[in-house]
Amino acid sequence: MTSSLPTDYWGRVVYLASHYAGSFLNGAWKTIAIAVVGTAAGCIIGFLVGIIQTIPVSPKDPWYKKAVLKIVRLILNVYVEVFRGTPMMVQAMFIYFGALQYTSLKLSMWSAAFLIVSINTGAYMAETVRGGILSIDIGQTEGAKAIGMSHFQTMLYVIFPQALRNIIPQIGNNLIINLKDSSVLSVIGTIELFYVAKQNAGTYYWYFEAMTIAMILYLIMTLTASRLLRWWEKKLDGPANYDLATTDTLAFTSGLVEYPADADDHFAERNKEGGEER
Amino acid sequence: MSEVILEIRHLSKTFGTNVVLRDIDFEVRKGDVISIIGASGSGKSTLLRCTNFLETPTSGQIIYHGKDLTASRIDEAAYRARVGMVFQSFNLFNNMTVLQNCMTGQIRVLKKKKEEAEAEARKYLEHVGMLPYINAKPRQLSGGQKQRVAIARALAMGPEILLFDEPTSALDPEMVGEVLAVMKDLAASGMTMMVVTHEMAFARDISSQVVFMKDGVICEQGSPDQIFKNPQRSETKDFLSRFMNS
Repeated sequence: MTSSLPTDYWGRVVYLASHYAGSFLNGAWKTIAIAVVGTAAGCIIGFLVGIIQTIPVSPKDPWYKKAVLKIVRLILNVYVEVFRGTPMMVQAMFIYFGALQYTSLKLSMWSAAFLIVSINTGAYMAETVRGGILSIDIGQTEGAKAIGMSHFQTMLYVIFPQALRNIIPQIGNNLIINLKDSSVLSVIGTIELFYVAKQNAGTYYWYFEAMTIAMILYLIMTLTASRLLRWWEKKLDGPANYDLATTDTLAFTSGLVEYPADADDHFAERNKEGGEER
Repeated sequence: MSEVILEIRHLSKTFGTNVVLRDIDFEVRKGDVISIIGASGSGKSTLLRCTNFLETPTSGQIIYHGKDLTASRIDEAAYRARVGMVFQSFNLFNNMTVLQNCMTGQIRVLKKKKEEAEAEARKYLEHVGMLPYINAKPRQLSGGQKQRVAIARALAMGPEILLFDEPTSALDPEMVGEVLAVMKDLAASGMTMMVVTHEMAFARDISSQVVFMKDGVICEQGSPDQIFKNPQRSETKDFLSRFMNS
């Protein structure tokens, strides 16, 4: 059998790719699952933390509200600083083995993997979301308040959708980082793409060839991710043009909209201009 | 005299050590159109923003239908839903279309059904001549168009009073007319309005009362005829002569 093994580089790559396709694809699939779930969960954590950090406190509020908010914010700050300030690889071992040795909580390797990526991403996203919320013009908040929306409604229906649009590039960054950095989870035995690549490499000592395949798969995943996020951005922006809603069907053929028939002249004039501009 | 909706009593506002409003006292009756005029920095906008609690008054009272809103913790959101506001910078929701802008408050705050909210929104958008643009996003509209949508959005909430904070100051001169025309219609329909403005013709011809502010206090107050034809205070005379000649 050994005599039939290829000896050249491309031959070995093809050999590994065809004989271990299932194993590589399974690893890649796990990598995608960890990255996507971790990024999504991280975004949710980030949004929750970001919203709590931006709750306005007025001097009229009762003392207990201020106190609770202060304590919660302190805890959240510690969370962000700790998980942003330490390597994910160390966090992985710290949490996985720590939980194993000293608590009755026995994390499965998979739940540990998802948990670690989520809280790590959450720490980064918290700051991103806070920035995203602060980047929205104060006028949007005032507009929402002026029609009687509560802080929560203002956030949910007005600020959040706009902040989300602004931070999509950063979410994309996190997704790409997670696709790649989930490879450090191999230290706790998570069977993702890097882990299986190393395993398959070890079978024949074909490290260069196995890593070539891993490189290609990682690249395919990250390039796809960035394209998908671009598409999502475009979709959120909505169409660049809009249709004039008018009951006057002739308006469409003339290209001008006279509206309304009984309005003052300057209305009709404005609408004509508007029609021509676009 | 018609019913008093809003009373402002001894209202003061300070930012740090900077006193912006000092002992402001006046009332708004149903159907009043009150123009607030004065130089930049005289506290006009702050007064309007205090009126619907976008700024918290430092002291004094705001009494709405006999109820003192500054005395206890009140539901500011519920009050704001009754008092509409139109801003200098429009503040339309950029993530929504024109129609959604006029519906969201009705659905989220007034808890109306979607169909009902849409019918109301369309009605007011038609009033301001923006019905053809219901599918447009704010960024696709001109300043005057945005401001007309903003007025429709405020009207769709069925407010008792409308506050206008320099509604035409951010507009190109040729667009000022279309917004003023809408406001003129509103005033004629009996809407109660408080308008901070630099449009002296509007203050003179449309309003029922004119308030002249200087350095955070109400300097002079009266009917448009009194203020424009026969001002009592020298500050008012100075201000108006500068404005009318320019």
